[in-house]
Amino acid sequence: MALPNIRQRSGYLLLAVVVGHVILISAQVTSRSGVPLLQAAVFGAIAEVQLGTGAVVDAVRNGWEGYVALRGVRRENQALQARVRDLEIALQRRQALADESGRLRQLLGLRDRLGLPTRAAEVIGASPTADFRTVTIDRGTDDGVRADMAVVAPAGAVGRVVTPLGHASKVQLLVDRNAAVAVVARRSRVQGIAVGTGENLLQLEYVAATADLKTGDELVTSGIDGIYPPGFVVGRVESVARTGGSLGAVRVRPAVDFSSLEQVLVVLAPPTPAGGGPAPSSAETRQ
Amino acid sequence: MNALRMAGILAAALVVQTTLARFLVRGSIGVDLVLVAVVYLSLRAGPTAGIVSGTLAGLAQDALTTGIVGIGSLGKAVVGYLSGTVGRAFIVAQPVPRFLVFFAATLVEMAIVVLFHLALDPVRSAVPAGAVVAQALGNALVGVVAFQLAESVPRALERRRAGR
Repeated sequence: MALPNIRQRSGYLLLAVVVGHVILISAQVTSRSGVPLLQAAVFGAIAEVQLGTGAVVDAVRNGWEGYVALRGVRRENQALQARVRDLEIALQRRQALADESGRLRQLLGLRDRLGLPTRAAEVIGASPTADFRTVTIDRGTDDGVRADMAVVAPAGAVGRVVTPLGHASKVQLLVDRNAAVAVVARRSRVQGIAVGTGENLLQLEYVAATADLKTGDELVTSGIDGIYPPGFVVGRVESVARTGGSLGAVRVRPAVDFSSLEQVLVVLAPPTPAGGGPAPSSAETRQ
Repeated sequence: MNALRMAGILAAALVVQTTLARFLVRGSIGVDLVLVAVVYLSLRAGPTAGIVSGTLAGLAQDALTTGIVGIGSLGKAVVGYLSGTVGRAFIVAQPVPRFLVFFAATLVEMAIVVLFHLALDPVRSAVPAGAVVAQALGNALVGVVAFQLAESVPRALERRRAGR
């Protein structure tokens, strides 16, 4: 039995020596990545252990955070949702304030440019029927508003006051089928009367058959109607119909988007007629 | 054989090998006296002594070179174990078996060394087979002679003392 024991013992010794030599040799050899083989092997082995340990720790943590620690989250979730709703409402309020501020700034700029006495007003209502295109503003006779005063917006002419009350007034929009405004083409200085159609279009009337009008021409108020101060944009010629060389129907797209009116200016002092004659009666009132 | 005597034999082999290298080594052909000493001690003292002596002598030899320390000692440790095991399992008392053991031990040691070098440095050219065989023959001859001297000299001295 002694011989096998000795062989066994020397075999173990040889194994230990071989392992020791491999370690010794590896420590001196550099791998392709430039790291000593021993270091690479040890680091690789430790990294694998770390990866495994990290995966176990992550799994435990995810399990804890995903399930065990979720007690009370429902209540917290409800509170957070309520908070989000409150914040959304506050945000919308702030957004509305910002929009309003922007509009007011535009209006203020317009007032400065006008050089006329004006009163800012807010649109508080619209026409109850589709047949008439009017809006209600929050300024009335108590604020100096009178009938036939012009109402303008930064984009252009809006309409005129038709029914002033103490604290509110009804404003007839340019697109109302009974409205009219004296205009002049900015390019060719051709004059005419833009009348409402009840839709979002105006029609140019009282224009000479040979008048120089083209699609895209910008029309502004001429001021001869005694209501609207001159120079306010009314709209652009959208189409010009000609029959046998003479001018037919001229349709005008208004400059103001009447569907989104919120703040306007009421011109408190009507301009004096500048057209060399009285304003056409159709421009003054067609209602 | 005690450890001190073994250490002395190994040290002597190493010293002779290093000092007489210019006579023992010609190009890639040479006699490795340290290997001869390791195999000799393994045959005399067994595999454990072979492993220890091979490791220590090999490390010392490697340390004197500019190569990787450990390759030569690993080869000698393995050779020491195998030689010691053969010496225990078989009767290796005649010149021819001893010659074969020394010859085979050299081949094994060189095989291990060359394989390691090729694995770690593929650009390195392999040792020519002729050189390997020549070194194995040289080691075997020196080993057999060393054994004969180690056995005959003490006996002759004893006879001489007895004759007086």
